[in-house]
Amino acid sequence: MSVPGRNERRLVRDIAHARAGDKGNTSNINVWVYDPADYGLLKRTLTAERIEREFPNLVRGKVTRYEIDHLHGLNFVLRDSLEGGVNASLNLDSHGKSWSYLLLGLTLASDA
Amino acid sequence: MAATRFAAKIAGMTKASGVFRIGTGAGFSSDRLDPAVDLARRGELDVMVLECLGERTIAFAHRDRMADPRRGYNSHLERRMRALLPACKAAGTVIVSNMGAANPRAAAEKTRDIARDIGLTGLKIACIEGDDITALVSPATPFMDEPGTVADIHRPIVGMNAYLGADAILPALEAGADVIIGGRLADPSMYLAPLIARYGWRDDALLGAGSLVGHLMECGMQITGGYFADPGVKDVPDLAACGYPIAEVSADGSAVITKLPKTGGRVSAATVKEQLLYEVHDPAAYLTPDVTADFSRVDVKEIESDRVRVTNAGGRARPQRLKVTVGFDAGFLAEAGVSYAGPAATMRGRLACDVVRERLASVYGIDTNVRVDLIGASSLFATAGASGNDSEDVRVHAALRTTDREQAELMLWEVESLLCCGPAGGGGFRGQITAAVETKSLLIDRALVKPTIEMLVS
Repeated sequence: MSVPGRNERRLVRDIAHARAGDKGNTSNINVWVYDPADYGLLKRTLTAERIEREFPNLVRGKVTRYEIDHLHGLNFVLRDSLEGGVNASLNLDSHGKSWSYLLLGLTLASDA
Repeated sequence: MAATRFAAKIAGMTKASGVFRIGTGAGFSSDRLDPAVDLARRGELDVMVLECLGERTIAFAHRDRMADPRRGYNSHLERRMRALLPACKAAGTVIVSNMGAANPRAAAEKTRDIARDIGLTGLKIACIEGDDITALVSPATPFMDEPGTVADIHRPIVGMNAYLGADAILPALEAGADVIIGGRLADPSMYLAPLIARYGWRDDALLGAGSLVGHLMECGMQITGGYFADPGVKDVPDLAACGYPIAEVSADGSAVITKLPKTGGRVSAATVKEQLLYEVHDPAAYLTPDVTADFSRVDVKEIESDRVRVTNAGGRARPQRLKVTVGFDAGFLAEAGVSYAGPAATMRGRLACDVVRERLASVYGIDTNVRVDLIGASSLFATAGASGNDSEDVRVHAALRTTDREQAELMLWEVESLLCCGPAGGGGFRGQITAAVETKSLLIDRALVKPTIEMLVS
């Protein structure tokens, strides 16, 4: 467990939980670590830039990250990320409720 | 807002231990009823809030009302009131609800009739109106947070409702209402109004604290273990019997979130944190009709099993303008599917998707606002670009938005034709066409919105 790069196959879901909500065509996703010791790793793993880079076809607008340090959590606001929003989307999940698991499915940043 | 002005009903409350107890008995239009009855009977509540309205729910309610002027309120209202009125009356619990949706008047009259029918005479039912502001908005009004004006949407308007705040609800509490029914009452305001009535809060920080209580509670079980379970990492005991939440609110604005003993679910720091920022953008500026609430410094502390204390919400001056939801008739959403299972099911399903796309375009000219997914292989995350492993049980799912009913029906026909003309082994066709609405938001000067209250007595 102590070799460098051990986190390469581990997912955000292994250290954190999340919930997604929608307003218009904007999704927000809050993410919280189970163990405060993992908060630094979460912050290194989930940056606004990485989310924009991982899902360029879905997230068409800017991603903003709010840090709630005393509760060890992050809140992401993803503009233009709901395929038009609940009124226009043809996705079965037109609210993007499942987007929380897009973030939880990303691999953790390396500790090395 | 001196305490002496409060009706005896609210002023005499605070039953158990010097705290004001508010429960949620519904967190969305189709929320469960049986746990609400349990909470009404055993919860020793001062107030039970039934939050049953979303942006799209109210647009569909307007359509219902257009079809029948006696309808347009929550379709479960009668079941809910028959079950909850006796228990709430017996416990002295005031019900506050936005189940009136597009027709608060009909909802209040129906509630009065139900009360009479079950022998509850003298029940005071306050009907709040004035949120329907269709007559006040000019076509040139710009949308909030996006370009365009009302006139740019060339579809019929089905309704426009302003979000009413605690100040619209307070007079009904002061007049001693047993049940308060409105339309577009803002979710947190239904919780804040009774707290103002009880504690006389005027300071923005306290209004922020009361709005935090409302925000945490308004989605019902989303704070008691609902919408939370992820087996192995976030387990929830007895999820099927999950209980609705209770907030025990103190005069200083702090609150304990809990639930009834002998119910399923859990209240933990984790369940509270997920709800704290649910549908929140900037945690330091959560706008309601009552206050600009600040949740950025809120403390969340587990004090006992299933008891979490929240403190330190803040607040600044309320927005000058009220948010308005406008609903437009958006035609139809057509959906149709066929399933494939067994060896190479994903390959056969992908072939079916290709056939549907090709023929919708070439035979019917349907190539916009249409999408064909393969559930089990790539659907929810298709645009995001994430797809799972090949499954041996997949389902073609086609979706089309159109204002032309004929096109919607042709799409269903085409998908059904896969049964004889598509890949091997397809089965289980289902298709449905549902009415669609489009909603937009705009802002209105709060001085133009004039809520009214009428008291009905059973």
